[in-house]
Amino acid sequence: MNFLFLAKLKASKFFRTLFGKKHSKIGIYGPPNAGKTTLANRIVRDWTGDAVGPVSEVPHETRRARRKEDITITGANGSSISIDIVDTPGVTTKIDYHEFLEYGLEKEEAVGRAREATEGVAEAMHWLRGDLDGVIYMLDSTQDPFMQVNIMMIGIIESRKLPVVIVANKIDLPDAAPQRIRSAFPQHPVVQISGMEGKNIESLYDAMTEIFG
Amino acid sequence: MIQGVQIDFVSADRMARLGMMEKIRLILDDVRAGRIVVLERGLAPEEQSKLIEVTMMEISPGGFSGIEIETYPTREGNEGLGGFFSRFVGKKPDESRLTVIGPANQLKTLKKDEGLISAWVSSR
Repeated sequence: MNFLFLAKLKASKFFRTLFGKKHSKIGIYGPPNAGKTTLANRIVRDWTGDAVGPVSEVPHETRRARRKEDITITGANGSSISIDIVDTPGVTTKIDYHEFLEYGLEKEEAVGRAREATEGVAEAMHWLRGDLDGVIYMLDSTQDPFMQVNIMMIGIIESRKLPVVIVANKIDLPDAAPQRIRSAFPQHPVVQISGMEGKNIESLYDAMTEIFG
Repeated sequence: MIQGVQIDFVSADRMARLGMMEKIRLILDDVRAGRIVVLERGLAPEEQSKLIEVTMMEISPGGFSGIEIETYPTREGNEGLGGFFSRFVGKKPDESRLTVIGPANQLKTLKKDEGLISAWVSSR
């Protein structure tokens, strides 16, 4: 983490302490199939025993933003944060229902899924413009981090001055290259995890209490 | 008649005279007509956010399937001392860079890194 980032973090913490703000809404964003709902489920299950929503290999399984309230996370350093987790649909600039046919969906179902997905992405952009206090940005470590949607989304998050933790997910896969994500976004903290296996998830909780606390 | 794809190069000056929704309309009207738009200087983050949202609202199954958009990554993090001072005095570095936007079913990015965007354009 660079000097400017740490300075901004400390200033932001100072003001939050000063004005007594202890509860934050944290959005989980990222492209489709990055593992957002898997992570949301793991966080909620680890700290409340509940779940957020179903996961699937078919893109755009999550087509509505889903919020789970009042989750208290404690890091290894003993500090805690109280948050609402908002699991959002995968952000993209294009949706073609033909893509869903390749996963065996019938045409009617694929068209319906595409229609709901477009509404979900628009809704996710709404949330980002005013309803959140921080962002976990999920990336699949096996994919190219320079994908345009990532560059746009990180720019939008920065312009909103929201604290962000970038998660390099799927490090359990053989093609994973989390170092590419670090070099793509050197201005932000990057935590590498496997949301599926829970690998290194404690480091993410530490980072969340540090960045969002 | 020569077959091909129309490419509109839009200057930074022309875009600067437009409001946010005018810019988005200019881009989406061009793209929906099957044209490629090249912006000399890209959109601000707020405008990008709105562009994604409006694009989603205009997608229709079997019709418009969205946009392909490419720009170079920002130089933030590699901007050196000049960037540090501009941020120190509260001035954000100019991050908007040349941007290419086209219909998702006609423009495909082949390769992209910090200094190169290689794309394939097909006619309808």
